[in-house]
Amino acid sequence: MDFRLNEEQQMLQDTVARLVRGEYSFEKRLEFSETDAGFSVDFWKQLSELGLTAVPFSEELGGFGGGGVEVQSVMTELGRGLCLEPYLQSVILGGGLIGQAGNDSQKETWLGGIASGEVQAAVALQEPQSFYDLNNVETRAEKKDGGYQLNGRKAVVIGGHCADVILVSARTSGDVRDAGGISLFALKADTAGIERRVYPTIDGSKGCDLTLNNVQVSADALMGEEGKAAEVIEYQAGRAIAALCAEAVGVMEVANELTLDYLKQRKQFGVPIGKFQVLQHRMVDMMSELEQARSMATLAASVADEEQSGERRRVLAAAKNVIGRSGQFISEQGIQSHGGIGMTWEYNFAHYAKRLIMINHQLGDDDFHLERYASLLQAS
Amino acid sequence: MNMNYTTEELAFRDEVRAFLDEKLPADIAAKVKGFRHLSKEDHQRWQKILSAQGWYASHWPEEYGGVEWTPVQKHIWDEESCRYGVPRSVPFGVNMVAPVIIKFGNEEQKQTYLPRILSGEDWWCQGYSEPGAGSDLASLKTRAVRQGDHYLVNGQKTWTTLGQYANMIFCLVRTNTEVKAQAGISFLLIDMNTPGISVRPIITLDGEHEVNEVFFEDVKVPVENLVGEEDKGWTYAKFLLTYERTGLAGIGLSKAALSHLKALASRRIKNGRPLIEDTAFSQRIAKVEIDLMAATISNLRIIAAVEGGGMPGAESSMLKVKGTEIRQSINDLARRALGPYAIPFVEEELSQDYDGEFLSDENAAPLSAQYFNNRKLSIFGGSNEIQKNIVSKMILGL
Repeated sequence: MDFRLNEEQQMLQDTVARLVRGEYSFEKRLEFSETDAGFSVDFWKQLSELGLTAVPFSEELGGFGGGGVEVQSVMTELGRGLCLEPYLQSVILGGGLIGQAGNDSQKETWLGGIASGEVQAAVALQEPQSFYDLNNVETRAEKKDGGYQLNGRKAVVIGGHCADVILVSARTSGDVRDAGGISLFALKADTAGIERRVYPTIDGSKGCDLTLNNVQVSADALMGEEGKAAEVIEYQAGRAIAALCAEAVGVMEVANELTLDYLKQRKQFGVPIGKFQVLQHRMVDMMSELEQARSMATLAASVADEEQSGERRRVLAAAKNVIGRSGQFISEQGIQSHGGIGMTWEYNFAHYAKRLIMINHQLGDDDFHLERYASLLQAS
Repeated sequence: MNMNYTTEELAFRDEVRAFLDEKLPADIAAKVKGFRHLSKEDHQRWQKILSAQGWYASHWPEEYGGVEWTPVQKHIWDEESCRYGVPRSVPFGVNMVAPVIIKFGNEEQKQTYLPRILSGEDWWCQGYSEPGAGSDLASLKTRAVRQGDHYLVNGQKTWTTLGQYANMIFCLVRTNTEVKAQAGISFLLIDMNTPGISVRPIITLDGEHEVNEVFFEDVKVPVENLVGEEDKGWTYAKFLLTYERTGLAGIGLSKAALSHLKALASRRIKNGRPLIEDTAFSQRIAKVEIDLMAATISNLRIIAAVEGGGMPGAESSMLKVKGTEIRQSINDLARRALGPYAIPFVEEELSQDYDGEFLSDENAAPLSAQYFNNRKLSIFGGSNEIQKNIVSKMILGL
């Protein structure tokens, strides 16, 4: 057994780390967050020029066929920088869904661009009533004029305001909560009838809700088989969960480093506050939470690209549950350890805390995944 | 043992309800209940109504314009006003500096400042914490040197809540560096318009401007603005902190927030049913409601114990810890109830004038920000760690 990265994986991680350190200072991030895109177009270009947006793609697409561990290496470093770029949405989810379900023409049209960073994808899988259940789909796609007509509303589409292609789940048959009858469509962003309500997110990024009003698409916008998208969505959401866990570990690492540093620097009652036992034990707890999270992120990465199975489902649910809990613990206890300074906009800790809490609201929080894990429990 | 209100207390509660039914402006109550921000004008408008009723300075002696409510009456007011959505009084004048002036100030200070607090002419803020003096407040460094008929003040205060609105600040300053830290502190009343004072906003993690830094550069403060004796300020500061601490459990606020949470969880949908019917979520709500029930009785026990007069002791520190943990749990659940909609920050919906469609829920917009903002509850007014130190020292003798 060996938990170390191999030479190539280590090089990959170092490359991302160097880039983030050089280009993504806290002050710059605040500026990136304020732009229309909500991220740095320039940094995105640099990622792509180094081939990093192509990591999980095949060699024909300019990638190096990276799996869960390679994605983990990239995401952890992006997490350390609180990077706002759409790696998760476009590369992991967008690229993953098209790669698995897309037809030849869709792959031809989009995949190369996603891998090279020239095309940005977003995914619209949630709805106002769906909570975290991606099988809960009310949006309808009805056959019309040789294609489909889509009507409905999609919720919290991160990056959807500036994506070139949006992958939308819509129901072609079945009831609102049925797994069967969900289909996926690749919509060009400028398709008529897509209305956006754009907003900033509380963790510094941007997203939108989409209202689809009689959106007419041709039959070749359908991805994969009609009514059979639920499995694809679940599988790719699983890869995204693993990626999010890795990002969260990067965020937690920095949160803990900042807190530890503060405990050593900040003096009250004539000593560094790190001399107080109550704060020492809390810091130890924060470190233990990070280690639990790191273990689960690693386990999640190891199954991310495996064939779907009960075991894969369990591991991913468990990982997201642990990440949600440890993220909230580190966020809250880190603020408490800092005192007032941990709550200010000007100091970076608060931004790490906000990202950790919001990761819990992406692709299911710890409650959701606890319930999911319980439903998958094995009797023995 | 009798856990019921007396006939007089029930009559008082009816009087409070009748007053609030009639006089509380609906727009202000809506803002409070929707966790939206109040303007300076909102606070002042409500203060005038309350002053006209004679209830603004409810705990002051009658001779200064108070009504000297009993602890139980104060509790009834707290419960009812939170339930109705009454704005919390900005405490720095009426609840903090006023009791100090009444107890330790001279006659001239009483005649000058108390009427101006009652009328709303003065807006006070608190100059206690400094960048280097937080939990260790006694290590404060802002220096006041006596020069003839004035003190020359130099230094910096921080976390000054709503200091941007204030025209007066009460400050702990160091007047003696030769003695033990606590023994060289004085309590000064300072006009914010004095030359040499500047206020700089501190923006908090939710993007709000609530707290400030206040800088003093060669600020001349007349000696008559000293409260009590020079170098005795620490005694007055501790007296004030006991007052501050008593209200910090926020039981009434938690009750209002819980009822808000239950309404929200009844509107949010999970698996096609109201979220409040979800087993796991309803149990989370149940747990915090049970904790709040216990804290409510603990609060009443403390109130009953001081009904005959006096101030609560270190028990209020225990209640501050519990009470703030409960409020934070309620904020946590409200954020969780939004699911993916906890992520958007739709600032325009925070405005009272917003008449567009709500992205997810009419009350969703402030909830994530409020969860983050209320992490302050376990930090301010003496952090929860400091409260536990007080309990272990004062009650346990450790």
